[in-house]
Amino acid sequence: MTHPTFATGLLAACALAVPLMANAQTPQLRVLTYDSFIAEWGPGPQIESAFEATCGCDLVFEAAGDAAAMLARLMLEGARSDTDVVLGLDTNLTAAATEAGLIAPHGLTPQLDLPVAWDDPLFVPFDWSWFAFVYDTTRVATPPRSFADLIDSDLSVVIQDPRSSTPGLGLLMWVKAVYGDQAGAIWQGLAPRILTVTPGWSEAYGLFLEGEADMVLSYTTSPAYHIIAEGDETKAAALFDEGHYMQVEVGGIVAGTDQPELAAQFLAFMTSDAAQALIPETNWMYPAVTPEGGLAEGFAALPRPEVSILLPADEAQALRDPALAEWRDALAQ
Amino acid sequence: MLTLDGVEITLGSFRLAAALSVPQGARVAVMGPSGAGKSTLIGAVAGFVPLSAGAIRWQGARIDALAPALRPLSILFQDNNLLPHLSVFDNVALGVDPNLRLSAAQKAAVGQALEETGLSGLEARKPAQLSGGQVSRAGLARVLLRARPMILLDEPFSALGPALKRQMLDLVARIADETGATVLMITHDPEDALRLCDQTIVVADGQASPPAPTGALLADPPPALKAYLG
Amino acid sequence: MRWRSEPLWLIGAAALVAAVLVVLNLGALGAVVWRAEGSASLSSADWSALRFTMVQAAVSALVSVALAIPVARALARRRFAGRGALVVLMGAPFILPVLVAVIGLLAVLGRNGIVNEALVWLGLPRFSIYGFHGVILAHVFFNLPLSVRLLLQGWARIPGEHLRLSSALGFGAVARWRHIEGPMLARVVPGALTVVFLICLTSFAVALTLGGGPRATTLELAIYQAFRFDFDLGRAALLAAVQAGVGLAALLALARFTLPEGASTGMDRVAPAPPGGLAKGLDALAIALAAAFLLAPLAMVVIKGLPAVVGLPAVVWWATLRSLVVAGLSVVLLAVFAAALTAASLTRKAPEALGMAALISSPLVIGTGLFVLANPWIDPARLALPVTALVNAAMALPFALRALVPAARRAEADFARLSAALGLSTAAHWRLVLWPRLRRPAGFALGLGAALSLGDLGVIVLFAQTGSETLPMQMHRLMGAYRSGDSAGAAVLLLALSLGAFVAVERLVGGRDADA
Repeated sequence: MTHPTFATGLLAACALAVPLMANAQTPQLRVLTYDSFIAEWGPGPQIESAFEATCGCDLVFEAAGDAAAMLARLMLEGARSDTDVVLGLDTNLTAAATEAGLIAPHGLTPQLDLPVAWDDPLFVPFDWSWFAFVYDTTRVATPPRSFADLIDSDLSVVIQDPRSSTPGLGLLMWVKAVYGDQAGAIWQGLAPRILTVTPGWSEAYGLFLEGEADMVLSYTTSPAYHIIAEGDETKAAALFDEGHYMQVEVGGIVAGTDQPELAAQFLAFMTSDAAQALIPETNWMYPAVTPEGGLAEGFAALPRPEVSILLPADEAQALRDPALAEWRDALAQ
Repeated sequence: MLTLDGVEITLGSFRLAAALSVPQGARVAVMGPSGAGKSTLIGAVAGFVPLSAGAIRWQGARIDALAPALRPLSILFQDNNLLPHLSVFDNVALGVDPNLRLSAAQKAAVGQALEETGLSGLEARKPAQLSGGQVSRAGLARVLLRARPMILLDEPFSALGPALKRQMLDLVARIADETGATVLMITHDPEDALRLCDQTIVVADGQASPPAPTGALLADPPPALKAYLG
Repeated sequence: MRWRSEPLWLIGAAALVAAVLVVLNLGALGAVVWRAEGSASLSSADWSALRFTMVQAAVSALVSVALAIPVARALARRRFAGRGALVVLMGAPFILPVLVAVIGLLAVLGRNGIVNEALVWLGLPRFSIYGFHGVILAHVFFNLPLSVRLLLQGWARIPGEHLRLSSALGFGAVARWRHIEGPMLARVVPGALTVVFLICLTSFAVALTLGGGPRATTLELAIYQAFRFDFDLGRAALLAAVQAGVGLAALLALARFTLPEGASTGMDRVAPAPPGGLAKGLDALAIALAAAFLLAPLAMVVIKGLPAVVGLPAVVWWATLRSLVVAGLSVVLLAVFAAALTAASLTRKAPEALGMAALISSPLVIGTGLFVLANPWIDPARLALPVTALVNAAMALPFALRALVPAARRAEADFARLSAALGLSTAAHWRLVLWPRLRRPAGFALGLGAALSLGDLGVIVLFAQTGSETLPMQMHRLMGAYRSGDSAGAAVLLLALSLGAFVAVERLVGGRDADA
């Protein structure tokens, strides 16, 4: 067998490369999240220091690419996982985590300000936004007001691949939730408008900023970044009359945790004012609970869709494969 | 005395047999048609070609199981006798210490060998900066320095002009005189054989014949050699 | 026939390296299969992904190598000021991170790129890079430099006597092609085609981003999907096995030809004056077009990102430092791997074949497999940097072996007998005979390894934790946080670092004027 030999080699290698673990007296809470959450400019660092100030514990963030990679890592780790909390799955992914029995009930009853009702016993939302097509007001004078409008326009859009990206999957669900059996036809109509499909959000948004496409699939809150961080008011989200699909980002307690109380305490903290006030201008999403000080002007002034759409997690899970097949058939022609 | 005792060499479908002996201090030419096995025979003595039967002895002791470097001989190949990235001095010094860690006395010996072969002043040059004759001299300097009881020459001078080649053969003769070495030399040229070697081994038809006097052999060559000499 | 017994430690080292590579390539796949539950089969979408993958890889290989022929010929026979620097710079796209390269390509060929600006100014319709041709274009951008290098080696190997003979006999372009260049290319081109085909086989982000939609789905994307969204390890393993099978078939087909060697900038011997007149003009055109195609996107990356470099956040500089450490570690591992396998390859074929295995493995599967292997023993997140260095070394190994093994075999053929006759020890044989002959290819190989490691975003993503971000990852993170300006700055940093590392390592190891 080569496994033990190899693992021994790896152990030796990492003994040199990795500093010793922090001292064992303080309880440690390990939170698995996506990459951009823990970036210097993301919510992670401030949330860490704010929570550590009250919990008497050591909060350790671990990042694994995006939400889907995070879920894959959790599944791969299985029972061996040291992770206590998973933070940042969206509702299109939670069903898989639930099915695998990875998540324990949180037992919390947070008062949320979501446009939809929320009573999931396993997951607690910490932020959300609507998916939307973002455009540059200097280049697009009259943005489309519906998918039909978009199909009839001569605009070019960049979208993300639903097989590799959560916004891409969100758009798939959006079209499916609104159009049901007609979704395939909508995709066929959209096909000529779609300049290209990128593996992830970053590539798509990058192409849009470079002027490659007129519109990009992103969030209604994306313009807030440009307004607040760059003082640039030329980016806006096109609002569709048929409503907008939501992305709700949630956290959950990992079933195998050895710190259930601390984990629940952290989830409660994530919906507290201290954490929620940080979210908008670090994660560029709406907070799940409107902070006492209200939203910054760049956020408050953003137009909001009239209709919010969100499929229940299990329904989203069930619809995914047929919707994916429709999408592929329509766009692969 | 070098003795090839019932030696047989098999390389695929090629076979060569040799049962002969060469007296100490003799200078023997190895002649024969192309592809007959002259280089194979020399390679077997030097340790590069395995025997399928028989034994090779020097002064009665078997040497055919020894590594090439441990056999009592020096060899010069047709080419690649010098490493192109080492200086002439280092190339010759390899003959004293393959790790190139030389004492003062050893360095002096290398200098002496270079002087005797007419290479003084060229110590620092790389082989690419030498003429064909100088490359041959450098190889011979190393042979001189090693002073082994046998010198094997696998056509090292075949690319040189007649005058230069004669100079080299004379140099070999001088070195052999000085060290008392036995010489085995592959050659295509009867003149070379006559100049340096009183005896000749003919390799033909899968057989290496015992050494015979060169003059008589060339005056009345056996059929295979006759066809080769034309 | 061998005249030197291999020391036991050398055989041991080679066996150990071989074991690591087997675990890395086969073990990782095996671990994924082992973790998978149930069986899997290929869907019709997978079959079309397989078809697309093979077609795009084949076309990319054909176009890259076809275009490389005139460029390599021109570079081989012309001498001009700055030729050496141009050859190095033109190699840059190959070592560039995919994301940086795409940004640069779009700045030139995208909707608002300089080419389209020019077309509009001329009153011509715009050119769209999106679609099948965009995928090919990007792959040619990446692989033309490699193809040119491989073919340059072929030209360098034409004996000077043949060139002089062709001048003496008054060969024209046609005769020269038919008697000298054609036969040389017939030996070199199949190898170059196969290498490019194998590289394009595992393409994923480029194909999808420029391909214009799910038509351009490669097997690697299907593997990605199976892992991340379906968490269907059985399917992922099956797809990876299919992908490896295609690669293996290509490698076996190649075994009948000689692989070209990817070493050194080569060719500085005296050759007869090249043909002038029209031929000279065409050579100049080939060099100019290739340089423009390969260098303009690089220039755009620099122009866009340079102003942002100074103001980059501190984390980017830390990530840079970390990337350099990983690259350093990776180069050391690569040197050990390559030395052991080169030594073992002097008399055998198997070690070299094993080293090539990384060319047909899916990076995604290797990363996941290692994760599964390490998980029962240790928190994989703690292994992020060593594992990244290890996988990067394995990924660069095929190129290193291509450069080293033939040179080592040639040195062995030329000098092994001499070395045995003089009784050089194994250590002395390596120090005095092999190393001087291997220095230049080793410099090239390790330089390439350093550059490839710096730009890699592969396995680390799954393993990463706070404090282990590398520069490509940090760049990706900036892009993912709306900070495209800083991201462009990081791209310049990455470009400079990759090129700098290549040149520095090649010089350091290869020496300025090794060889006689």
